[in-house]
Amino acid sequence: MDYAYTLWILTLPVAMFLTIGLSGDRLKSNAAGILGTAGLAVIAALSWFTAFSYFGSGLPESGFQPVIAAQTTWLAFTETLVIHLGILLDPLSVMMLVVITTVSLMVHIYSLGYMHGERGYNRYYAFLSLFTFSMLGLVVATNIFQMYIFWELVGVSSYLLIGFYYEKPSAVAAAKKAFIVTRFADLGFLIGILLLSFNTGTFDFAALNDMSGSAIAQPVTTVFMGLSVSTWAMLLIFMGGAGKSAMFPLHIWLPDAMEGPTPVSALIHAATMVVAGVYLVARLFPVYHFAAPDSLEVIAWVGSFTSLFAAVIACTQLDIKRVLAFSTLSQIGYMMVALGVSGYGDEGVGYMASLFHLFTHAFFKALLFLGAGSVIHAVHSNLMTDMGGLRKYMPLTHLTFLIACLTIAGVPPLSGFFSKDEILVAAFEHNKVIFAVQWFVAGLTAFYMFRLYFNIFWNSDPHYHHTPHESPPTMTGPLLFLAAASVLAGFVPFHDFVTTDGKPLETEFHTLVAVPSVLIGLAGIALAWWMYARKNSRPESVAQTLHGLYSAAFRKFYIDELYLFITHQLIFRFISRPVAWFDRHIVDGTMNLIGNTTVSVSVAIKKMQSGELQWYIWYFTSGVLVLTLILLYLN
Amino acid sequence: MNLQSEIPLEYMIVLSTAVFFIGLVGVVIRRNLITMLMGIELMLNAVNINFVAFNHYLFPHRLEGHFFALIVMAIAAAEAAVAIALIINIYRKFSTVSVDDVDELKY
Amino acid sequence: MNPLLYLLIIPGLTVAGITLVKDMKQVRLVAAVGMSLQLLWSFVLLYWFYQLRAAGHTEEMLFVSSTTWYEAFNIQYKFGVDGVSMAMILLTSIVTFAGIFASWQVAVLTREFFISLIILAGGVFGFFISLDLFTMFLFYEVAVIPMYLLIGIWGSGPKEYSAMKLTLMLMGGSALLMVGLLGIYFNSAPDGGPLTFDLTEIARIHIPRDAQLFFFPFTFVGFGILGALFPFHTWSPDGHASAPTAVSMLHAGVLMKLGGYGCFRVAMYLMPEAAHELAWIFLILTTISVVYGAFGAIWQKDLKYINAYSSVSHCGLVLFALLMMNETATTGAILQMISHGLMTALFFALIGMIYGRTHTRMIHEMGGLMKVIPFLSVVYVIAGLASLGLPGLSGFVAEMTIFVGSFQHTDTFHRVATLVAASSIVITAVYILRVVGVLLLGPVKNEHFHELKDALWFEKLSGVTLVVSIAAIGLAPLWLSNLIREPLGQMLHHLIN
Repeated sequence: MDYAYTLWILTLPVAMFLTIGLSGDRLKSNAAGILGTAGLAVIAALSWFTAFSYFGSGLPESGFQPVIAAQTTWLAFTETLVIHLGILLDPLSVMMLVVITTVSLMVHIYSLGYMHGERGYNRYYAFLSLFTFSMLGLVVATNIFQMYIFWELVGVSSYLLIGFYYEKPSAVAAAKKAFIVTRFADLGFLIGILLLSFNTGTFDFAALNDMSGSAIAQPVTTVFMGLSVSTWAMLLIFMGGAGKSAMFPLHIWLPDAMEGPTPVSALIHAATMVVAGVYLVARLFPVYHFAAPDSLEVIAWVGSFTSLFAAVIACTQLDIKRVLAFSTLSQIGYMMVALGVSGYGDEGVGYMASLFHLFTHAFFKALLFLGAGSVIHAVHSNLMTDMGGLRKYMPLTHLTFLIACLTIAGVPPLSGFFSKDEILVAAFEHNKVIFAVQWFVAGLTAFYMFRLYFNIFWNSDPHYHHTPHESPPTMTGPLLFLAAASVLAGFVPFHDFVTTDGKPLETEFHTLVAVPSVLIGLAGIALAWWMYARKNSRPESVAQTLHGLYSAAFRKFYIDELYLFITHQLIFRFISRPVAWFDRHIVDGTMNLIGNTTVSVSVAIKKMQSGELQWYIWYFTSGVLVLTLILLYLN
Repeated sequence: MNLQSEIPLEYMIVLSTAVFFIGLVGVVIRRNLITMLMGIELMLNAVNINFVAFNHYLFPHRLEGHFFALIVMAIAAAEAAVAIALIINIYRKFSTVSVDDVDELKY
Repeated sequence: MNPLLYLLIIPGLTVAGITLVKDMKQVRLVAAVGMSLQLLWSFVLLYWFYQLRAAGHTEEMLFVSSTTWYEAFNIQYKFGVDGVSMAMILLTSIVTFAGIFASWQVAVLTREFFISLIILAGGVFGFFISLDLFTMFLFYEVAVIPMYLLIGIWGSGPKEYSAMKLTLMLMGGSALLMVGLLGIYFNSAPDGGPLTFDLTEIARIHIPRDAQLFFFPFTFVGFGILGALFPFHTWSPDGHASAPTAVSMLHAGVLMKLGGYGCFRVAMYLMPEAAHELAWIFLILTTISVVYGAFGAIWQKDLKYINAYSSVSHCGLVLFALLMMNETATTGAILQMISHGLMTALFFALIGMIYGRTHTRMIHEMGGLMKVIPFLSVVYVIAGLASLGLPGLSGFVAEMTIFVGSFQHTDTFHRVATLVAASSIVITAVYILRVVGVLLLGPVKNEHFHELKDALWFEKLSGVTLVVSIAAIGLAPLWLSNLIREPLGQMLHHLIN
């Protein structure tokens, strides 16, 4: 089957970016939005078409095989280390194509209403196109270096979009923070790539993931500081993934990234870019599994810790977007856990579950963000203290938000239930401690989501300056679509499509896992209802009882302060400033000293050039005498 | 009568060295232009003594040393004439013949 | 006639033309036409070069011609280019072209300004096409000396001090270089026979090891001073800060590349054994340069100082990669020279344009420029992104080639040096984003800034030329990489054995 048309999936967004970006203000803003949205609709259609033709062609004997749809040499480092730019189609990337283009299309449509009348509307659509391009390029990468290239590009589009309101200092700071933190993580990624590629002699995923090949054999056996080189490399690569996916302790940028426009948060910081880390680990999963099992263990624990940590913080935040941001962290933690505990082949439940959760999460989290955007659009505030009782004013938003909350809480038969359940099953089979943590986090998730829900849509009315009203159809349309997707996505026979080896996976229903997880979810909802459904003093008294934990969680466990200390105090004040001083005063001082010495010496010996003949004679004769004596002495 | 047997060369050299350094000291330490000029003349004469003496003792059959002494004398005479002319001019302009007071060209 | 000579004749005629015309408008018109021709001719040469290679001319240098200049010492005008010098010529003509338009509004002594500028550029062209050490040195001096006048007369701030410092330090470098070159010359015929300054011929013979060890540091440091080798880089911040826009552009963009090019072409290529034995010392110094420059840049408050320190860091990376002595890293080094040349020229051009509007270079006195001068600000962001190594722009290609290349060494020393140098990409991001954040974003800080006018046509032309070049390399780097790599195999073979 010829997939050459998939090239259009990459070229169209670039074309849109250039058209909208270069035309500047000459393009009417509505035109820019419609152009961008229409372009994206085409891309989404192409992606769906690709997916249908890829999965619909019938399952071959040996499972779904990767297809290289297009490939060109971009840069050659050495004979073997060559960067190709290409399009790789396999179950994983096709699934991602569908997710990204669908969510992106919804966000584009939604933005037509949400961003209406904003300054920089064109710029917004140009950046969205750039982002879509980078993200699509990332998922179809045929080799790890192509992935790194697009990885950086999504980073910069994220920077540009977070800083969209560039006149707002907090947005500028957040954008900077996001870029620098992920950049730091990318340094790890880069070094990981260097290590891996040097030892295997290739960037290609196909060669790296080929376990029968010899590429990976050498770094597995080479040991450096107690761990094999492959483990080091994969850990460093995971560091890149952890930065992009905001895993603890590199998570600090994500909550701040909520300074960007809300649709951007939905697209980039919930559904697509932040799961790039998960995608990265999944993409290299065979290498992780066979060549660096230790690093998988690390991934599982990091994921588990992040999910717990973020869930606790989410219970205390007041800014609704931040609650959602921490919720995202927590859910990505789930995905990481699932990858970390997964096996290969028939035991690859975790892998499948992780990507399944990625798939469903993209829809319901985008829905949550867009719903939150709709609310923010109506009340002009991010704080849940300014909201309440909105169900009367915004029925559609309310309905879709409720569906999303039920989905993330894992209430059957919504999609979140299925994917989370598979993760818990995988964790249960691998490690009981991780399972317990994830089970508890499931309860917390239900609690904080419904805390949010009740605070926004129930509780008592604050005094609105003007009555909130339902958003326009360009915004509610995507909400309804995504709500439908959240409900139905769970019924996709995911285990037939996306598995470690391309072959369908037999999954069974574990009552022992499913029932308790549903129960704790319902318990969380009940607790939230008890505390927040009506205005009362219960939240305060609970906060009083758990005073220390509450305030620590409210301050996000002081991680931001720690980072601030490290960057401002240590790096700026104790490295950068002394370096600048050293350069000015010591290095440059030395150069000036040389110059000044020359000048002062010449000033000093200028006296000798007195013009007084008698002194000259005196110097001359003494010189001659001394020389004569020396010569005599030498002879 | 053979002078060579009576006065050794060393005596001549000692004499000329003495004259030379007397002249030198005169030039270096005196501030009076006339005295300095006299010092220079002394030094020139010391050289003349050397010329003549070496010529006589080392190359008795040649005359270059003597001639050279004569040339030095001629030059010394010319030099003294120029120098004294300069000194007179300086005296007219500055009303002094002390070198310390004539430093207009310095710096 | 050798087509390379036109690279010297065109600037010569331009200078002559400038002396003949009447007023400022005509002067800059002549300069612009001359340098456009030069740019055009560089592309023609590139095309020609490819044609000859395709036609099977595999010799090391193309367009070689030689005329005896002074027979007694066997000094010749010998010209010729390979892929590396071709790339440098391209860089020089692009930066010069952009520089002319960036200095469109020089009102004081316009004629003299353009004459000096073009002489400087001519010196650089001469340097890159020379194959004779003596003429190479001659053109090197021709390029350095006008710098004194350009900074001393048309500069700003403590210009006399800066000009003096820059010239003296570079002259100090020349003095070391002279010793090194003469050392090479007098050892160029170890088995008897006539001594020679001819680069290609010296490369064929073997300079005695002791002589190499003695003269290598002279040559390397001599060129290294121009390449901002730590700790001899301090002329760069002061010099750049005081220099007028086009001079900063040419100096950081092109002249500093003479250092890297010389280090490679002369010091390392002709004295391979010494290069091998002494590489570790200079590797340490350059690694320091890379990180130190980046840290230094964080704390600066003056735009030009920030960029000067950033240049120290980036040029450090050039020498760093050269000293890795393998094909990939060296390709990366040359790519980095070109990439840095273009983007630093762009930076200095923009700083000049911004300074021309706001009359300050202190970043804290500005803010929110994105809103008032969007064109310049967007281009500044692009330059910044190129500088911090965004894929799709030239910096990424160069840096990645360098890091992949340096990582081919398996010993701990080289690995650690590579990791330290690689960490600079994070620090670079910090200072670039800091400047972008403070300077361009945020609310408009000064009420008067609302009256600022965005870029004029010549400024746009200057900026767009550089941006397009940067993007062209960043998007499709393979042609440039192959052009550079093609002669390196043979040269490095010589270097490694």
